[in-house]
Amino acid sequence: MYTEKVMEHFRNPHNMGEIPNADGVGTVGNPVCGDLMTIYIKVKDNAIEDIKFKTFGCGAAIATSSMITELAKGKTLEEAMKISRGDVADSLGGLPPIKMHCSNLAADGLHAAIQDYLKKKEAQK
Amino acid sequence: MMRRVYMDYTAGMPVDRRVVEAMLPYFSQQYGNPSSLHSWGNEARKAMEDARAKIVALIGAKKSEEVFFTSGGTESNNMAIKGVAYRNKDRGNHIVASTIEHMSVMNPCKALMKEGFNVTYVPVDKHGVVNVQSLEKTITDKTILVSIMYANGEIGTIEPIKEIGEIAHRRGAFFHVDAVAAAGQVPINVEKENIDLMSISSNDMYGPKGVGALYVKTGTRIQPIIQGGGQERGLRSGTENVPAMVGMGKAAEIAKAEMKTEGERLSRLRDKLIKGLLESVPISFLNGHPTQRLPNNANVRFSYIEGESLILSLDMVGVACSSGSACTSKTLEPSHVLLAIGLKHEEAHGSLLFTLGKQNTEEDVDYVVNALPNIVKRLRTISPLTPKELLR
Repeated sequence: MYTEKVMEHFRNPHNMGEIPNADGVGTVGNPVCGDLMTIYIKVKDNAIEDIKFKTFGCGAAIATSSMITELAKGKTLEEAMKISRGDVADSLGGLPPIKMHCSNLAADGLHAAIQDYLKKKEAQK
Repeated sequence: MMRRVYMDYTAGMPVDRRVVEAMLPYFSQQYGNPSSLHSWGNEARKAMEDARAKIVALIGAKKSEEVFFTSGGTESNNMAIKGVAYRNKDRGNHIVASTIEHMSVMNPCKALMKEGFNVTYVPVDKHGVVNVQSLEKTITDKTILVSIMYANGEIGTIEPIKEIGEIAHRRGAFFHVDAVAAAGQVPINVEKENIDLMSISSNDMYGPKGVGALYVKTGTRIQPIIQGGGQERGLRSGTENVPAMVGMGKAAEIAKAEMKTEGERLSRLRDKLIKGLLESVPISFLNGHPTQRLPNNANVRFSYIEGESLILSLDMVGVACSSGSACTSKTLEPSHVLLAIGLKHEEAHGSLLFTLGKQNTEEDVDYVVNALPNIVKRLRTISPLTPKELLR
C-alpha cells in the first residue's frame, strides 16, 4: 500500500520530538479523525534553524511529518510557506489516494507553526 | 529467519487440507449438474445433499430441507432480511437489529428503510451485549423481524440468543441470527436457541470462500431475492456450486468434530494473549466481554496511539492482525462496533484485533506479547497525546 520511502520514514522518522523553547508551534488535525500533528520550529535570521514533530496517526501521518521536517529545515520562512501537501506526497513517492486528504497534514502543520511564530513576533513589537 | 505469526484468521483463513481434498473430485471428475436426471447428475446431487446434511448436523437443524446454500455470509444476511421483509409486509414493516451488526445486515436494513420499512437499532452495553429489556420494548405489533448476531466478530462478544429468540417469538416476530463469526467456533443449536433463520459462511470455518448457507426453519415466511431456474427449492436460484458446497460440508463436519478440543485450546491461547498484553503494556484495555467471548478473539486497545501504525509496526516484525474490522477500514472511519460499546473515536482508532486459529501456538502468543510493548512505546514516544510521565 505504501511506497518504500513512506515506510523508511515510518520506521525511522527524522526530527521526531519537541523543541522546549520553540519559536513557533503548530498543531493540526484531530484525534477524532485519527490524526493529530504538532510541529515545532526554531527560527534564526528568518530561516528555519531547527524543526521537530510529534504525531498521533497512521503510517502516512508519521511519514509525512518526518518528511516535512526534512523539506523545511534550513529554508527561509517564505520558502517554507510555499511547501505544499503535494510536495510532501511527491517527496515520499506518492501516497494512497484515500490518505491524501486526511493524513497529509504536515504542510498545514508547518504553515501553522510559521504563522504562530510571526504572530508572536508581531506581538513583541 | 524472522518468525511469522498470523493472527488475522477472521480476515482470511487457510482452507483445511482435508477440505481441499474433498473438493477436488468435483471440479473435473464429478462435474455433473445436480438438477440433471442422469447418473452424472445423481452423483453431484448426492454430494450436495451429503454436504447439506453435515451443515444440518453442525447447527442442530431438524431436517435438511431447512438449509439453503448461498454464495456466503453476505448473501445469507441479505436473503434473510430482505426475503422476510418483502414476504411479510402484509403483516408489518418494522425490523429490530442491534447497533453492532455486520455491514451485511446494516446495509440491507438501510436499503429497506428507503422502501418504507422502519428499523430500530437496539443499543449494547460496554461489553457489547445486546440490552434485552430495551429490545423487548422496541418490538411493536408491526415488528416482523428481529435480527441479532450470534457473536460479534470484531469484539468477540456472544449474545444471549436463546433469550432474544424467546422474546421475538412471544411477540410474533421472526428471529434471524447472523452466525458467520460464531458457527464452527462455538456450539449452536437452532432448535434449542429459538432461531428461525441463521446465516453461516464457509470461509469462517476453514472452508472455501464464495459459499455459505442460510438456515430457514420450516414455516418461516420468506421470499427469494434471486430468481431464476428454481434451484435450492426456489429460494436461491443459480447452478449449484457443487465443489464449494462439498468443501463447506467437509469444513462443517471437521468443525463439529474438533470444536471442543480446538475451542478449549484457542480459549487458553486467547486468555494468555489478553493477559500478557494487558500486563506488559501500560494503559491498555480489553474490548468486548471478558468471559462471554469467541475462543479465537482478542481485541485490545492502547491509548494515545493509532491502529494502522500499530499494524505496520507489527508487520515489520512478522505479525499479522487487524485494526477494527478490515472491511470498515476502507472508509477510514473507526469501527461502528467500537463506537457502539461507548469508546471515543480516538480510543477506537487505537484498537487491535487478533483472531487466532489452528496454526497458532503458545510460542506465537509469547512472540506477540514480547514484541508489542516496545512497538507501543515507540509510537507513544512519537505521539503528542502521550502524557509525559508515561514516557519516563
